[in-house]
Amino acid sequence: MQTTISKKPATLTLWRRWNWLLWIAIVAVIYTWAITGLHFTGLQESAASVSRSIVHGLVQPDWPYVYNGSGEDLVSLILQTLAIAFLGTIISSLISVPFAFWAARGGKEWLHVRSGSGKVVLTLIRTFPEIVLAIMFIKAVGPGSYAGVLAVSIHSIGMLGKLFSEAIENMDRGADEAITSAGGNSAQIFMLATLPTIMPEFISYTLYRFEIAVRSASILGMVGAGGIGTPMIFAIQTRNWPRVGIILLGIVLMVLLIDTLSEQLRKRLI
Amino acid sequence: MMTTQVPRRPWLQRWHVKPIGWTLVILILLVASSRMTGVDVGMFFNNLGQFTDLLVRMSQPAWDYLPVILHPLYETIQMAILGTTIGATFAVPFAVLAASNLVHNRWLRGIIRLMLDLVRTLPDLLLAAIFVAIFGIGSTAGVVTLAIFSFGMVSKLFYEVIETIDMGPLEALESVGANKLTIIWYAVLPQIMNQFVSYFLYTLEFNVRASTVLGYLGAGGIGVFLQRSLNEFNYSQTAVIILATLVVVMAIDGISNHLRRVLL
Amino acid sequence: MDKTPIISFKNVNKVYDNGTVGLKNINFEIPQGEFLVVVGLSGAGKSTLLRTINRMHEITSGEIRVEGESIKAYKGRSLRLLRRKIGMIFQNFNLVKRSSVAKNVLSGRVSYYATWQSILGLFSATDKQKAVQALQRVSLAEKLYARADELSGGQQQRVAIARTLMQDPKIILADEPIASLDPLTTKTVMDILKRLNQEDGITVIVNLHSVALAREYADRIVGLRAGEVVYDEPIADVTEADLNRVYQTV
Repeated sequence: MQTTISKKPATLTLWRRWNWLLWIAIVAVIYTWAITGLHFTGLQESAASVSRSIVHGLVQPDWPYVYNGSGEDLVSLILQTLAIAFLGTIISSLISVPFAFWAARGGKEWLHVRSGSGKVVLTLIRTFPEIVLAIMFIKAVGPGSYAGVLAVSIHSIGMLGKLFSEAIENMDRGADEAITSAGGNSAQIFMLATLPTIMPEFISYTLYRFEIAVRSASILGMVGAGGIGTPMIFAIQTRNWPRVGIILLGIVLMVLLIDTLSEQLRKRLI
Repeated sequence: MMTTQVPRRPWLQRWHVKPIGWTLVILILLVASSRMTGVDVGMFFNNLGQFTDLLVRMSQPAWDYLPVILHPLYETIQMAILGTTIGATFAVPFAVLAASNLVHNRWLRGIIRLMLDLVRTLPDLLLAAIFVAIFGIGSTAGVVTLAIFSFGMVSKLFYEVIETIDMGPLEALESVGANKLTIIWYAVLPQIMNQFVSYFLYTLEFNVRASTVLGYLGAGGIGVFLQRSLNEFNYSQTAVIILATLVVVMAIDGISNHLRRVLL
Repeated sequence: MDKTPIISFKNVNKVYDNGTVGLKNINFEIPQGEFLVVVGLSGAGKSTLLRTINRMHEITSGEIRVEGESIKAYKGRSLRLLRRKIGMIFQNFNLVKRSSVAKNVLSGRVSYYATWQSILGLFSATDKQKAVQALQRVSLAEKLYARADELSGGQQQRVAIARTLMQDPKIILADEPIASLDPLTTKTVMDILKRLNQEDGITVIVNLHSVALAREYADRIVGLRAGEVVYDEPIADVTEADLNRVYQTV
């Protein structure tokens, strides 16, 4: 071993020995660019006092807002947020299945034209900002949670489609082979072998995506697409910090609860 | 042989209690959700005209707007880089404290993890809205938002990596009486450096995407212009912004993916 | 025993897309009711050979006949009918692990049903009884409603055999059926295959690694090396020394 290493051309060793310097230079340039490019001016003098009132609001939240029966209170809007996330995720998981099979790499396909194009489409969907989608749907159906549902359904396809297609690529094809060899046609292979094999993973990813959708749904209201985000942004703009405090508390509890629940369910699935 | 009786199955299975139960739960949730959100398929199609009008206007990007948004685009990337770096730096000590193989004090670990869990529950735009209120409109609020957001994300990824390390070198150093910091520096860091950098890049990718919309609430970067164009109903400008963002995000993804593949 | 060949290979060649030779000039016949064991190193082409019989793999040239008919032109329905009379057992059992044993076994019957019936799981009462009988033949009737992944490896392979029985096969192809099993369950699975061969007259073709097992169960042993038949003797003429030739490296 020792001899083979020393026999390597000297230039390579030189490059190996010094290329970290090049990396350091590159990283240094990037950071210089990043730091000098930003202007940290315009810091408000009120920053400290605002922070203090936020903390004050957080420790003395607006408890009566939790429930007042108006349908505009914390509990109702949290439920509405969950409804947006749930409906959006379910719709999205259904639409994602065909997308996933489109983007999944098959056996000996030439240059993977089909799956390649599917992957590009999914990346485009994933990168298209969810907020912009929400605003577009507000134009179509008016402000409110319906627009939020549509935004979540479409945006989630990007990620769910990708996760589903990876699950398909990595799945155990054994059952498919068995049904093929028993003389099943392609519909039978799909329904009796592929789908039952892949279903638990699909459900698990859908649950995972639901966790993310709950977070999305709680901010979509900031642009008018329903849920808890709307009173949140309103409270921030009117400097109603006790209200901000209680809403924050509500969101944190909701997310924690959903994450824990979903994690338990996912553990049981796989 | 021909008189074989199909064995009876347990009644739970016979009446398909579980599948029917789950289907019912999901159906009830679906109905409740659609009532609560006022989902109405007809309404969407009634307003399809407005929606297509919007799409048509977006399909004619105003390319002359491109030079205007170049600088905010750079700003977006700069925010993401700084935010991710600050967040990741703070995440390292917390990740070490949350790793079960390094910290044996269950209480300390539990408190740190709970704190990290709490940080992770906060959506990025919500943080942005609060920090804009504190720091005022501008990229400072954006950097702070991204820093906190990446702190939550990175610390979890990091401590999960730390928990998978090979304990051999650690025990070797421990046996010769090295102190904790020495152990971390010589036995832990070399094992996880590549993974850390890989996760850092992954978080950076994520933050570049996130930072493009933070400006919508005034936290700097391209999002400011996104909001302006949408408010002015100038959809051909919106289209340029979205397309430019797509290019930037995909370029960063490409570079980062390549680097991560080289690293691992 | 009826000696008309149920399967015949004539000048069969298989070359993979990348140029690797899979099978080289295969010529032999398998009479009905035979228990044939194919031995050889891994990569010798055993699996490929087996899969050409039900067209899970295509051949490059030559001809394969099943029940006297060339299988080359089969496609669509006729190909599915060919596959229906040829059961197949796999090394990894290839069950739907999260489905019940009953569902797995019934799925062997798909080709007897219209698509819509089978995908809705509308199997007839007769076939449900048939599934129980199939499971009885592999001594697993009590596991009818268990989930497949709750069973041990040997039990899963027996479920796979029951699934194959639902096809009413004339031929069973078994591709390394015991490679993932321990010695004890190995014997159970091989015994079941032998019984199906003797009681039902099903022609059985098994790929095996183990020469000892081959000698114990086979009527005839075929040895493959680098895609070529290098050995082909009825069990009465098989000697240890001869068999070792199969395992020589080229």
